[in-house]
Amino acid sequence: MKVPLHDAIDCDLHPALPGVPALLPYLDEFWADQLANRHIDQLPFTLSSYPPSSPLSSRPDWRVASGAPAADLGAIRRNVLGRFGVGCAICNPLHGALALFNDDMAAALCSAVNDWMARELLDHEPRLRASILVPGQSPDLAVREIERVAPDRRFVQVLLLAMGETPLGRRAHWPIYAAAEKHQLTIGIHAGSTYRVAPTYSGWTSYRVEDYVAQSAAFETQLLSLVAEGVFQKFPRLKVVLIESGFTWLPTWLWRTSKTWRGVRAEVPWIDRSPAEIVREHVRFTLQPIDAPRAEPEILLRTLEHMGSDRLLLFSTDYPHWQFDADDVLPDGLPENTIGKILRDNPRDTYPRLGAAPALGESPGTGEKEAR
Amino acid sequence: MNIAVREAPTAQQLRVVDCDIHPVYRTPAELHPFMSARWREHMATFGTHFRHGLHGQLPYPRMMAAGMRMDAFPEDGPPGSDIELMRRQHLDANGVEFGMLIALSRGGMEERNLDFGAALSSAINDWQLECWVKKEPRLRAAIVVPQENADDAVREIEKRASDPAFVQVMISPRSSDPLGHRRYWPIYAAAERCGKPLALHVAGYSGGHPSTGSGWPTYYIQEHYAMSTGMQNTLASLVFEGVLERFPKLKVVMIEGGFAWLPALTWRMDKHWERMRAETPHLKRSPSEYVRERVWFTTQPIEEPENPEHLADIMEWIGWDRLMFSTDYPHWDFDDPRQVFKTRLTDEQKTKIFRDNAKALYGLQ
Repeated sequence: MKVPLHDAIDCDLHPALPGVPALLPYLDEFWADQLANRHIDQLPFTLSSYPPSSPLSSRPDWRVASGAPAADLGAIRRNVLGRFGVGCAICNPLHGALALFNDDMAAALCSAVNDWMARELLDHEPRLRASILVPGQSPDLAVREIERVAPDRRFVQVLLLAMGETPLGRRAHWPIYAAAEKHQLTIGIHAGSTYRVAPTYSGWTSYRVEDYVAQSAAFETQLLSLVAEGVFQKFPRLKVVLIESGFTWLPTWLWRTSKTWRGVRAEVPWIDRSPAEIVREHVRFTLQPIDAPRAEPEILLRTLEHMGSDRLLLFSTDYPHWQFDADDVLPDGLPENTIGKILRDNPRDTYPRLGAAPALGESPGTGEKEAR
Repeated sequence: MNIAVREAPTAQQLRVVDCDIHPVYRTPAELHPFMSARWREHMATFGTHFRHGLHGQLPYPRMMAAGMRMDAFPEDGPPGSDIELMRRQHLDANGVEFGMLIALSRGGMEERNLDFGAALSSAINDWQLECWVKKEPRLRAAIVVPQENADDAVREIEKRASDPAFVQVMISPRSSDPLGHRRYWPIYAAAERCGKPLALHVAGYSGGHPSTGSGWPTYYIQEHYAMSTGMQNTLASLVFEGVLERFPKLKVVMIEGGFAWLPALTWRMDKHWERMRAETPHLKRSPSEYVRERVWFTTQPIEEPENPEHLADIMEWIGWDRLMFSTDYPHWDFDDPRQVFKTRLTDEQKTKIFRDNAKALYGLQ
């Protein structure tokens, strides 16, 4: 596939996040003091799921001389927006505040990251949008942050992690979904763990590659949690995007849950349609990583057919994470029509707030939107 | 799913190897002849000691009839406890040439008291032999071992190694550490030595960890699904820890965890292993190569795509020689051999899955 693409919407981009000192101007006096006096401002706040020097965390040619991932605004413009022809990109800040146990400190840092994002990135680059970082472990504080940031419509999504303390469908999390639905914000669940519990049902893995592989299983169980608890019945306008989840596992999920549901539906009587139908209406998946053999493109095409809808995938580069080489951001062999949906139509249908983006709506790309 | 099934025409004679049959005892007293007085008293006084908040029951109550086929209840005792009924209702009626016993109840696999676990394992193995295999020549047993206690597990395997009634070694994939961890390696060495495959059947009792990477789910429908994601985690652990590299003759059977997820998992493992392979230099080949060569899957509960032909793609990608038919008798989600494959299979494919693959793996004749 030749790049640049045309006005693609990149639904998963990771800008380099600032150290705590750069966040101090966005913190109140109490937290600024706390963080400085306790030398917390010297801590990296890097999630264990993405150590900076791991091959996963950055493509080699997307690193700066020091070895850190190159993801400041200049690098984003050069390596993503220009290179791939991205008209609009959603920034997902994977900040370590999410793994803190102190809810108030987590909330203060999340707020600071969101304000930093607005001032230091969004104000400077009209093609960028962002997800709201919230302390998901504390739904009341998460809702307060959503309410505070929501008036800025450049924030299009609320960001949660795939592995936390309790499954995301649990009712304790519902205030977050209510706030998101009210403000036309999508819920984005990104790969990563706070490691509150072991990443597998038989305990702690030894290797990082196992942890990363296990992310897709975590997404499977989170998706079923949302469906089984009736989140989509309670919040019928809610859209959920699974980000960096992989998607080739989805057909089996659809088949297995829809079959089991027929047998045990009496347990969850509020589920009024098959899980497959619910997911196809409410849930979307970012493109990268594409977990399928690159040398046999027909296998991926068969898998897309198994998914049973061409509306489910949203274009993503996952920049600077190393998911593909060179310009191979799109898989080979996709029909032209499907490509248009993945690049533009599906993201627009998923993120109501993208409609307000000035860079969109004027491009020729919008003309090919299909009747459903 | 506890819906009356039409009687199939008898003209078409079925012959199957059923790789997942669950025998249970009518009462715990059935185990008494195989236990010392010390452990009989312990069982009566303290009972089993698991890692859950409810004593004597599964933490996620099953659906209809405690997760059993309603028609599988004998006059007296629980489903799976009456060999006559099992013969009449299942072995004879479904043309079962060989049936693999998977003894889940009180096998000692998940018991926290390690000595009691060892005693239970040994008792359940004697009981399988005396009460099932000796009475019914079509049945074969699996050596149940106390997996968290590798020394006793190895002793139990060695005790049964030369007995042809036992065709595999069974441990719970829902262990206290992922099964690739070194503390379990002596079990694999023993299984490899005696040439018996390692059987991993999904399990209801945990090894002490939530059933998802994000905590405990709420409903049985989720717990049921976690059996499948858990199997994926277990397989990844066996691969990445190098168990399949280190024990080159070890064969693994994954039972009742589904199979349609396998291609996507191997693609994912391969892709990210390639990226991060410096972390696991003990792997000499790609994850998918180990899996393709050394791992077998049973078919129940079979995944059912909206378009049945899609399942044929999956089976093709896995390999027709690696799938083995199973019913899960007498559990509620039993797969009937007459109904199980909604996709069109050739006679050759059917023969492999219904019996030849299992016969070859277990050396059944």
